[in-house]
Amino acid sequence: MAKKVSIIGMLVALAMILSYVEVLIPFNFGIPGIKLGLANLVVLIALYVADTKTAFMISMVRIILVAVTFGNLSAMLYSLSGGILSFLAMIVLKRLKGFSIVSVSMVGGICHNIGQILVAAAVVENLNLLYYIPVLVIAGTLTGLCIGLVAGPVLLRIQKNV
Amino acid sequence: MIKKKDIILLLCVLLIAGIGFFVVKHKNSEAGVLVKVTVDGTIYGEYDLNKDQEVTIETEHGFNKMVIKDGWVRMEEADCKDQYCVLHDPISLGNETIICLPHKVVIEVVGGEISGLDA
Repeated sequence: MAKKVSIIGMLVALAMILSYVEVLIPFNFGIPGIKLGLANLVVLIALYVADTKTAFMISMVRIILVAVTFGNLSAMLYSLSGGILSFLAMIVLKRLKGFSIVSVSMVGGICHNIGQILVAAAVVENLNLLYYIPVLVIAGTLTGLCIGLVAGPVLLRIQKNV
Repeated sequence: MIKKKDIILLLCVLLIAGIGFFVVKHKNSEAGVLVKVTVDGTIYGEYDLNKDQEVTIETEHGFNKMVIKDGWVRMEEADCKDQYCVLHDPISLGNETIICLPHKVVIEVVGGEISGLDA
């Protein structure tokens, strides 16, 4: 139990640092505010080396802590909706046969963006925001692909040493 | 590490999103006539896109300064935290939007022929 708690704590800390660092990486898709999603690297790895519940907890705790430390309450709402939708999509894809961590990451990236734009459209009560979805899907695919391609080799090394 | 299904999924997603992108682009290619500003879902004001002007949108959340020039709208200034609306490229076509989420402000271009304006 103590070991598990300390591992979760360490992974949450790592995810928080990655959320902080990613602001420094410029990434422009024409729509401001699109991020690489570095923190999802930690959630992805946790999904493969730990159980679903642990991975979900890491994702949620990280979002809440990042919002409280660097952001605000409304930013947390968008992150939470993106985080939850992306997590659900990732578990579904992980259970399907024949897909690697790259696809899981990609679908996670796409659903994160979709979750956020849905909440944004609801908040400003304007359905025209949904016209952004194609661009957001392309952006989510590419960012998810990058994260997935990094997560693959990292996972391989972790599994070898655990 | 990468499997065959990964590549198929990637290509399918990019294809569908690509088609969606062009459909939206085609649908929203109508020249804009009017700029509609909404705050919290309610209309704040409507402005002629073909008349150069500066509009300050003041709400309980903060202020945004919108500039209409040569048929393009952009957000010149805002006292929001993220500044995404200011960084957004100028817009000019129907259904295009610039959003300031912290202030719940939406700038929306309305395309087509609007009767009653300048008539």
